[in-house]
Amino acid sequence: MVKLIIDSQSVEAEETWTVLEAARYYGIDIPTLCYYEGLSPTSSCRLCVVEVIRGGRSRLTASCSMPVQEGIEVRTNSERVRKARKVIIELLLASCPNSRTLQCLASKYGVTKIRFKPEDRGCILCGLCVRMCEEQMQAGAIGFVYRGVDREVAMPFHTRHEACRECGACQFICPVCEMPCQGPMQPGQLCNACLDAVQLEAFPSKD
Amino acid sequence: MKKELSPELKAVEKYGSDRTCLIPILHEVQKEYRYLPEKALRNIASMLDISLVDVYGVATYFRSFSLEPKGKHTVTCCMGTACHVRNSPGVLEEAKRTLGIDAGETTEDMLFSLETVNCLGACALGPIMVVDGEYHGEVTPAKVKKIIGKVKHQEGRD
Ligand code: SF4
Ligand code: SF4
Ligand code: FES
Ligand code: FES
Repeated sequence: MVKLIIDSQSVEAEETWTVLEAARYYGIDIPTLCYYEGLSPTSSCRLCVVEVIRGGRSRLTASCSMPVQEGIEVRTNSERVRKARKVIIELLLASCPNSRTLQCLASKYGVTKIRFKPEDRGCILCGLCVRMCEEQMQAGAIGFVYRGVDREVAMPFHTRHEACRECGACQFICPVCEMPCQGPMQPGQLCNACLDAVQLEAFPSKD
Repeated sequence: MKKELSPELKAVEKYGSDRTCLIPILHEVQKEYRYLPEKALRNIASMLDISLVDVYGVATYFRSFSLEPKGKHTVTCCMGTACHVRNSPGVLEEAKRTLGIDAGETTEDMLFSLETVNCLGACALGPIMVVDGEYHGEVTPAKVKKIIGKVKHQEGRD
C-alpha cells in the first residue's frame, strides 16, 4: 500500500492505482473526458488535471495516467486546478462548441466565456473511439491520421474499411458526437442555462 | 518462370517483421515505387500483423512519405527560418517557374516533384535546396536554374 494525501486527507492506495483511481475510490470527483475504465489512458484531454506536491514543489499533472506515489500530496480542487480546468474546458469548447457534454462541463465548472474563436471541428481528438475500436472491439478500423492541425480520426484511405463491423462502439463512446446542446444560445456560444442550478448541486454552500 | 519478389516482401525480409520496423520498410518500399501505393500498404500491414489504419497513420504523418506518385527527381526547397531570411522564397519561386509546377506538385511527364521542408539542419549554408538527396547550399535563383537545368539536360529535356 502507498500512503498519500488527497485534498488534505491521508489515504492509502494500491501501488498499481493511478491518482485518479485513488481519488475516485475515496469518493472525490475529478472530471474526465478521455479516460474510460477498461481502456488504456492516453491523457489527451487534460481535463483530469490536479496539483501534485512532492518535495515542496507543486505541479499540474493529468491524474488519469499518474501512478500514486508514497508521500505525495494531491489537490483536486485548488485555485490553480480550477483555473487550469476552466481554460481546458474553454479550449475544448472552442473546437466543439455544440457538444452537450462540453456545455454541461462549462456550466458545472463555472466557465462563462470562451476567449478563443470557436471553430466546430466535430472532434476533440480524445482518442476514445480509436482505443475502443482497437482494445475492446479488436477491430482496429479507425485511427489517427495526418498531423498537427490536420490530425483527425479516420479509416485508412478515408473509405469504409473492411475491418469495421459497424458495431457502433466508437459512436457510443464519443463525448462529442451526440445530440447537440439544446440550450438557448447561438451556435458557437456558451449555453450556461443551467449554470446556477448545476453550480449549486456541484458545490453546495457550506452552511 | 520465377516471380520477382515484391518490394514490400523484400523490405520486410531486410528489416524484419516487427512493428517497430515499419518506418524503414516504408522508406524502402517508397524508394521502389516512388510513392506508397495502397496495395503495398495493405501488404505491409498484413506482413507485420498490424492494422491498416496504423500503417496509413504513419504514412500520412511524415512529410517524407507520399501516397501520390512522385516524379523521378525530387527538388526540395528549405523554407525554414534561417533559409527564409536568406531569400528561400525567391529560390522557391524560381524553382516553381523553372519546373512549371507549384510546391507539392509533380510535372506531367513525371520527371520532377517540388517539395518544401522546414529546416534541414544545415542552416549555416542556407538557403538550401536538395536535388535527389544532394544538398546545394547558398542557392540563388540563378543557381536554381543551373542546377535544375543540369538534371533536365541529363534527361534530354532541355
Ligand atoms: S463501428 Fe467500426 S470503427 Fe466503430 S468501433 Fe465498431 S468496428 Fe470500430
Ligand atoms: S471522434 Fe469522438 S471519441 Fe473519437 S477522438 Fe474525436 S471526440 Fe474523441
Ligand atoms: S481524462 Fe485525464 S487527460 Fe483526459
Ligand atoms: S532553415 Fe533551412 S536548413 Fe535550417
